[in-house]
Amino acid sequence: MIRDITIGQYYPSNSILHKLDPRVKLVGTILYIVFLFFIQNYYGYIFAAVFLGLIITLSKVPVKFILRGLKAVLFLLLFMVAFNLFFTPGNEAFSFGFIRVTWEGIESAILMGLRLIFLLLGSSIMTFTTTPNQLTDGLEKLMGPLKKIKVPVHEISMMMSIALRFIPILMEETDKIMKAQMARGADFESGGLIKRAKSLIPLLVPLFVSAFRRANDLAMAMEARCYRGGEGRTKMKPLKYAGKDMLAYLILIMYVAGIIAINKYL
Amino acid sequence: MSIIIDKLNYIYSTGTAYEKHALKNINLVINDGEFIGLIGHTGSGKSTLTQHLNGLMKGTSGDIYYNGENIYDKNYNMKSLRNKVGLVFQYPEHQLFETTVFKDICFGPRNQGLDELQIELRAYEAMKMVGLDNDLLDASPFELSGGQKRRVAIAGVLAMKPEVLILDEPTAGLDPKGRDEILDQIAYLHKESNITVILVSHSMEDVARYVDRLIVMNKGEIAFNDTPQKVFANYKELEAIGLAAPQVTYVMNELKIRGIPVKTTPITVEEAKEEILRVLKKGTGLEIRND
Amino acid sequence: MGIIRSENLTFEYIRRDEEGNVESINRAIDHVNIDVQKGDFVAILGHNGSGKSTLAKHINSILVPTEGTMWFKDMNTSDEDKLWDIRQSAGMVFQNPDNQIIATVVEEDVGFGPENLGVPTEDIWRRVEESLNAVGMMEYRTHSPNKLSGGQKQRVAIAGIMAMKPECIVLDEPTAMLDPNGRKEVIRTVKELNEKEKVTVILITHYMEEVISANKVFVMDEGKVVMEGTPKEIFSKVDMLKKYRLDVPQVTELAFELKRSGLSIPEGILSIKELVDAICKL
Repeated sequence: MIRDITIGQYYPSNSILHKLDPRVKLVGTILYIVFLFFIQNYYGYIFAAVFLGLIITLSKVPVKFILRGLKAVLFLLLFMVAFNLFFTPGNEAFSFGFIRVTWEGIESAILMGLRLIFLLLGSSIMTFTTTPNQLTDGLEKLMGPLKKIKVPVHEISMMMSIALRFIPILMEETDKIMKAQMARGADFESGGLIKRAKSLIPLLVPLFVSAFRRANDLAMAMEARCYRGGEGRTKMKPLKYAGKDMLAYLILIMYVAGIIAINKYL
Repeated sequence: MSIIIDKLNYIYSTGTAYEKHALKNINLVINDGEFIGLIGHTGSGKSTLTQHLNGLMKGTSGDIYYNGENIYDKNYNMKSLRNKVGLVFQYPEHQLFETTVFKDICFGPRNQGLDELQIELRAYEAMKMVGLDNDLLDASPFELSGGQKRRVAIAGVLAMKPEVLILDEPTAGLDPKGRDEILDQIAYLHKESNITVILVSHSMEDVARYVDRLIVMNKGEIAFNDTPQKVFANYKELEAIGLAAPQVTYVMNELKIRGIPVKTTPITVEEAKEEILRVLKKGTGLEIRND
Repeated sequence: MGIIRSENLTFEYIRRDEEGNVESINRAIDHVNIDVQKGDFVAILGHNGSGKSTLAKHINSILVPTEGTMWFKDMNTSDEDKLWDIRQSAGMVFQNPDNQIIATVVEEDVGFGPENLGVPTEDIWRRVEESLNAVGMMEYRTHSPNKLSGGQKQRVAIAGIMAMKPECIVLDEPTAMLDPNGRKEVIRTVKELNEKEKVTVILITHYMEEVISANKVFVMDEGKVVMEGTPKEIFSKVDMLKKYRLDVPQVTELAFELKRSGLSIPEGILSIKELVDAICKL
């Protein structure tokens, strides 16, 4: 089940999109998502879809793989669509029993569904083409100006990348402890809510103990390797804009301009 | 009363790039009261196999019979299987969670639904079996030494009174003395209670002197399955799969090649010493002191 | 004058209760004097709790002495101004391979140390490549550490230290959590670094087979250095080692037992070949 969630995963490839600076992709994704909500007519959606289609083609990530990610959030998607479908007031289209579907409802459900799908696809394309480390580097650099108002930008991004490194380790550990306790007769599946919550204690206590031990070890190892915060640190892979990044920004501006133009003239 | 493994296969991540055939057509009989060493290096499938024995993992194909009953039958009670086949994981001290040693050991028997008196009796007994002092009853398990923690964890499984006890690398991370103490304790336990013991290890030297039978695994298959002496006779093949026979095996074989007529069967220092002295005494008439 | 020197080094773990009153004092190191020469391969042996890891952590100033002094390259490790110089030059590899790798890509992890030292980007790349080559992990440079074996992870950790260009590497039980193949892999790497790169090596372990490569061995017990010498000298004292909860390789024990039974076999035999040769000569 957890393995099916492809959102947030990295898909290795050497496409042009993979090679773009992570900042471009971050800014691009944010712009794309924000402007999804400014679209006022169907031409806009067609424009956004075509743009997304181009990006997906450029990314060289198989469409099947991308759609698998959507499957995991299908329930959420259906829920949002249904909510809009049934609870939008307006002119009745048809009804059975107490359920009333309005024309406005149908329209807003379609729009909501499209927006959500575009949003999910857009952001997953970013994570498919950007390694977690690049992502945190990009964030650190983008948030750089916030340092002036005492936001610990470096620390936040360091924490994020360490979390990314340890999540799989802790997942494996959870699995191991769970099995060890099951071998001692623990039952994580049956019983009411309280019983189930209580049955988690033999899992959570060792997990926390282990997480703290790891954190302690890691802090010592980092200090031994002369880590002393972001001050005076250099980068092995510093972010530098290249020609293709500028081109990508230009395309982004054209996209935004396109949306605004469609809203105005069509 | 035995465990019979019949054509067991286990494949994980089927259909993805990570697909791996972790167990390949395993056929094995484990008799009651045996003391078995299960050897193989990391990734050989030995840990995967042990988790099949108490039903924590389910084979992709094949069957396992416990006391004549197929554990993959629909009506088979998996929970009762876990009570009968106790599994002590690697670094078992990482599973300790209670506030006191005694409470932690009681966890297993309590899950078995026994009454309070029974639970406590079993916990006491288990503590004794692993050589833990009674004054540690109320100590926090997190304050003990590495070796003691491990004993507590083993006691936690023993308190469930399993018929088969499987220990996955019970000596990992312990120092030489701690290692010998734990192994001696397990051997003693086997002798006293006569339960079936399966000792999983990657060290031949450690287990050779304790076990009746060695099962060597390599790449998901059983490479050897015989008495330690007979397995070590294949020391060259063992090396090819990244394992080594005890050093004394090499010494005895080398001596034989160099023309000293020793038997190559000794696997412990004690046996090797006796054999070398026996041959040298006979051959050269050397004056040898015996003490 | 050696690269690492200690004089009456004593360290106490002091436990305090909630009000800050001293609850217990545990003397982990008790007046230890050691002197390690540049380029040495030193092994520190001892059972769990003998104080060997605590001693190791003094070398790069993770711990500072309660009493006495530790010098690294004539810098007092208690001197806070020298802290980063000491840590750059005395790298440390720890027991658990998972808990010392910071990055999600091998090469980025190796670059972490130089990044912290403020090394220019180009130099970082050169150092990363050199270090990965030195430990033989170049082909894994773009891999995720999670998919590596224990021995490979430790080699990455060693490369991460090498990239800081240290004069000395302290390895605190680097093989305790590895299988026999991983253990050999790590020891081979360490030995090579000592021979080719002339790095001073301090290897903390309780596996006797690993000590054989060393040119000097310290044995610790109850916070004191109780034995000191070459591996041969140390291994000729099988009885004493057993007393300190240690073990000797099977050949050494067999040689010792045969000698005790009256055969004239030399002391401190370390390899199968030596023993077989000795027996054949009888």
